Amino acid sequence: MPQISGFAFPNDVHVWWSLMIVMYPYITGFVAGAFIVTSLFHLFGRAELRPVARLAMATSFSFLLVASLPLQLHLGHPERGPLVLVTPHFTSAMAGFGMLYGGYLLILALEVWFVWRREIVDRARRSRGAARAFYATLALGTYDTSPEALAVDHRAIAVLAGIGLPGACMLHGYVGFIFGAIKANPWWSTPLMPIIFLVSAAVSGIALLLVLYQVVSKLRGRPADQPCVSSLARWLWLFLILTLSLELLEILVMAYERSDSWLIISELITTRLELSYVTVQMIVGGLIPMILLAVVVLMNRYLHPRVRNTLSTAAALLCLLQVFSMRWNIVIGGQLLSKSLRGLRSHYEPELFGREGVLMALALVLAPFAILWIFDRVLGIDPPGQADGEPEAHAAAAPGGAAATGPGLGDVHP
Amino acid sequence: MDDRTPCPAPTGGPSTPRVLGRRAFLEDVLLLSGGAVVFLAGATAAAPAAAAEGAASAPPAAEGYQPWEHRWAYLVDPERCIGCGSCVRACSAENHVPDGFFRTWVERYVTGMDGTSVDSPNGGKDGFPALQVAFVATKSFFVPKMCNHCRETPCIQVCPVGASYRTPDGVVLVDGERCIGCAYCVQACPFGSRFLSPETHTAEKCTWCYHRITRGLRPACVEVCPTGARAFGDLRREGDPVRHAIEHDRVAVLQPHLRTEPQCFYLHLDGEVR
Ligand code: SF4
Ligand code: SF4
Repeated sequence: MPQISGFAFPNDVHVWWSLMIVMYPYITGFVAGAFIVTSLFHLFGRAELRPVARLAMATSFSFLLVASLPLQLHLGHPERGPLVLVTPHFTSAMAGFGMLYGGYLLILALEVWFVWRREIVDRARRSRGAARAFYATLALGTYDTSPEALAVDHRAIAVLAGIGLPGACMLHGYVGFIFGAIKANPWWSTPLMPIIFLVSAAVSGIALLLVLYQVVSKLRGRPADQPCVSSLARWLWLFLILTLSLELLEILVMAYERSDSWLIISELITTRLELSYVTVQMIVGGLIPMILLAVVVLMNRYLHPRVRNTLSTAAALLCLLQVFSMRWNIVIGGQLLSKSLRGLRSHYEPELFGREGVLMALALVLAPFAILWIFDRVLGIDPPGQADGEPEAHAAAAPGGAAATGPGLGDVHP
Repeated sequence: MDDRTPCPAPTGGPSTPRVLGRRAFLEDVLLLSGGAVVFLAGATAAAPAAAAEGAASAPPAAEGYQPWEHRWAYLVDPERCIGCGSCVRACSAENHVPDGFFRTWVERYVTGMDGTSVDSPNGGKDGFPALQVAFVATKSFFVPKMCNHCRETPCIQVCPVGASYRTPDGVVLVDGERCIGCAYCVQACPFGSRFLSPETHTAEKCTWCYHRITRGLRPACVEVCPTGARAFGDLRREGDPVRHAIEHDRVAVLQPHLRTEPQCFYLHLDGEVR
């Protein structure tokens, strides 16, 4: 039985939303964040992000495939989970998940198909037997790679990216809404919640890509493209500043207002969440990477590539920790606080095994990487021109290539 | 607080058909869309079997009971409560409430100029042991609590599958065969009235003993209260004492600023109580 300090309603001493509900926004955050990176390239013409644009899209797709699993796993009756899709109750924020998730999955799958269509067709032409049949199926019967057809692809990608970006933002903002719209819980109930979730999703997505890009470059044995790394670092810095400001503002407003819940919330922060909120979320995961990234951004010109890579990767890893602890502090922290606003329960420790345990959470985070690996085997993630290990060819194509083909759609044909 | 307030759905059927309607709809969808949802059909077909083992599905109304002829309300007089815990024990026995969870509970308040102490050991089920406080206590009282059967319920609002619903006679219930056990309602109830049962893995809460009140009986907690601190009444009945008290006495509800419109009323409620 958990220890209670102060007074908690007798039913309020349980943590109903456990580790899986921490994983759920963490994973959907990567979906949205990685998509924001592809959009910076596809929609906003950030040509320097070309080396990670396809990696970002594949990452978003891989995480999306597992995004609904944590929710499903946490249900008391997982076998009834599909009811949310079949007979949704429309006043429920949670019921929106099915529609948003389904819609976004469709858009992203289509976009992935258009972006990789040329590889699919090429592979269908090159391979034999079962592999050929497989790629022919993926090609959906169209082998047309004429310039006109590719131009159509471009337009489709632009349109899909245009729909996909608000889709990704909605999908994740909505996760924040699930918490932000619960008036019973003052630690959750703020209109800032969806925005904080969204901005921190961007942080986690960009940070993940920074790390992934370094790892992929190492695995492929070629140097990471420095303009790309510094651009990612710069975007990460921006979103980290935004996240930290919003997270601090939320607390400051409550404290300054001396709202009725402030007494218990200040106790929550300074006792139960001291480590995970003050130390991890704000200092180790917030302040320190902010300083590291400031160095990368402000002293960009003077940095040796190795220093830039190391600093930005270290900062990105800390940011990943920051976002995880932020999810943890919101989801778990909110349940340590009794709705009597008079008491706190003792720390919550997730189980190791079991449906909602630590191992399952690890499996959920690792699964998208396995999917990414399969994705790479099946379709190849590297931008065309790099796949056969020709960094020079890409370096020559990069500066003008993306811009030349219209607003940043350069990766479809090099 | 007045009987002329429009009552929801006087023309609709009783509550259960509403739920059955959803289920019928589900079956139709499954039939119509055929192959595409075979997977879903398999998944949902397993549900009733799984729920059958739990006793906690929506309690059935008695035969011939006309829900739209009633509007139930609950009245608590904290001044009369002696903290004996009979109500909590009666509720637990009547509704097979799992140990450590509460459909109703009693809180003890001890207050003075320099502090307030609130406790509810085991929900007050075993009564209250003597208490020492570190300040000069000037008053002390007990407050029985339960689901408020709110009219603007956050719990029904957030339920993703419509398993939580309000009957035409004003009782908030959970359909245990439809509940997916997401606990969203548990989070959304500001009063701590709900829990996920470790036995049925579905949301449970006070039903005002729906199986009893639809047979003309009173809820078990009201029945056993030795001092009459708990009263149950029908706002649609002329001369009902609970209705009279609500109409003419000083009554309050819990956490009125949240605007959930509780239908549990408290006589002369102290401001310390949340
Ligand atoms: S007290 Fe809680 S569970 Fe009961 S109706 Fe109100 S919000 Fe729902
Ligand atoms: S736990 Fe059951 S009743 Fe509560 S919101 Fe979820 S599905 Fe609805």
